[in-house]
Amino acid sequence: MEEQRDNNHPHICVIEKIVDETPTVRTLYFKDSILANVLPGQFAMIWIPGVNELPMSVMVSDVNDQAALTVRKRGESSSALYNLSPGKQIGVRGPYGNSFEIKDGKILLIGGGTGLVPLMRLIKFSNPSNHITVLMGSQTKNEVFFEETAKKLLQNNSHEIIPVTEDGSYGEKGYVTDVLETLLEKNSYDAIYTCGPELMMYKTVQMAQKNGIFVQASLERMMKCGVGICGSCCVNDDLACRDGTVFDGDHLSTKSEFGHSHRTKSGILEEI
Amino acid sequence: MKSSLSTNIGSLRLDQPTVLASGILGISLDVFKRLHNAGAGAVVTKSLSKEPWEGYPNPTIFSVKGGGWINAVGLSNPGAETFAKMIEPNDDVPIIVSLVGSIEDDFEYMMKKFEKCNVAAYELNLSCPHVAKVGLEIGDDIELVSKIIKRVKSVTDVPIIAKVGLGKSDYLKTVEAAVSSGVDAITAINTVRAMAIDVETQMPILSNKIGGLSGTPIKPIALRCVYEIASKFDIPIMGCGGISSWEDAVEFILAGASVVQFGSVMGDHWVETFSEINSGIQNYMERKGYATIGEMVGRAKRQ
Repeated sequence: MEEQRDNNHPHICVIEKIVDETPTVRTLYFKDSILANVLPGQFAMIWIPGVNELPMSVMVSDVNDQAALTVRKRGESSSALYNLSPGKQIGVRGPYGNSFEIKDGKILLIGGGTGLVPLMRLIKFSNPSNHITVLMGSQTKNEVFFEETAKKLLQNNSHEIIPVTEDGSYGEKGYVTDVLETLLEKNSYDAIYTCGPELMMYKTVQMAQKNGIFVQASLERMMKCGVGICGSCCVNDDLACRDGTVFDGDHLSTKSEFGHSHRTKSGILEEI
Repeated sequence: MKSSLSTNIGSLRLDQPTVLASGILGISLDVFKRLHNAGAGAVVTKSLSKEPWEGYPNPTIFSVKGGGWINAVGLSNPGAETFAKMIEPNDDVPIIVSLVGSIEDDFEYMMKKFEKCNVAAYELNLSCPHVAKVGLEIGDDIELVSKIIKRVKSVTDVPIIAKVGLGKSDYLKTVEAAVSSGVDAITAINTVRAMAIDVETQMPILSNKIGGLSGTPIKPIALRCVYEIASKFDIPIMGCGGISSWEDAVEFILAGASVVQFGSVMGDHWVETFSEINSGIQNYMERKGYATIGEMVGRAKRQ
């Protein structure tokens, strides 16, 4: 008897392959037909047995029915995930949340760090006739990743990929939002999509709105349940897990917490 | 005939009988307003403690194959003082403040923090199944339950509700102690101690290993408890445990509940749950010829 999968119950997957993206970022590949096909902006809860469970965007793979997680080692839990070797097990539940509303025409993607993950998936779902500009932000040259991945995903689109480093050691120098400002002076876009550090998204939304461009951002918050029960991820009266993770710029600009505050594990609102 | 959904739980009057259960979505005033606008008669906050608690590491919540949810969030909360400040501006949402503590002084201390707030009622969580020294360990200690209720009744005029669950001792003894100490209402029941083990990794899934089962599997148990309490005591009851449809809600009302609380169902149906259940109850009342919720409460006990 084939058992029906309960997407809200951890489903065990085995890590098959690991690719180092930078000295601190890795992509872990595993077979899972459900997560392999999630929509851009959706996320999954990833159980590292004995350690923690983390909300994560699902990275694309060019292998059918293969899903991936791109993780930066930072705290105890992300480092535990980062350090898993092939053959190790993780539990996955989801997918959760909504997804980007993908427009056609001239599209600009602006992301920083692992926030690029849902944007890579967005490219995969985007129409080949779209012109796509990708702004990828990082602090320094050896932290730039997904440039080759983006190139490969965009091989059938007219496109430009613009790496931006804060120290200027690679690509443009400064913050991605500085480069965005310059681009918006010269060009118009049909839609802007962003994911990454909240202040970057906040500035991006402001600039897009000032220029009358449709913009969506995928937000990150403390998450426990992923299904709209625990309330940990609220942004004013929205739940990032259930109403998001993707929100329209128009909607976000009415939310006092966007760009300003998030909640801690105990639920205390603190400044970002 | 237009039936009215308004209901009373002691001196507290609510426009709708559907209430958000404690632990669910309970940390933001903006979310409370949204749920109230969506049809919640009242909201119960997360259980608040004297100090902020981070709760347990994840996994803290997941669904059980075959139905229901298991959680051990660990009573994460921002602490009574921070929370009181957040809800201070509130003047339209009926907020029932849930509190956890170990001794009567804890509850009195926290209630002082809410002096400037509009608190519709306090719900004392005497039944959390997964945190030591608070919750069920308190509910199992009949003498302590009496001491706590007597103390809080002496320091506030706000209605006091005791939330009971299935612990090691007879929960009806806890209810009896609460009622004889002057409690205004009973919420029954909390989640039921439970766990799940993943067979591939051979590990308990919850970081706390043991948590509380909620959702449809506990509904018949919770219904039985409400029926038993209503049969033995003359006390208003908030029914809670696995309610996921208007029919479930009506069952609890017929068993003796004046109010129904729910939470797990939100994981499947989200905020629309309130209006769906409210209109289902109202249709039932009109079909059966009831003008008020009160006329239905405990009807199943009449034989």
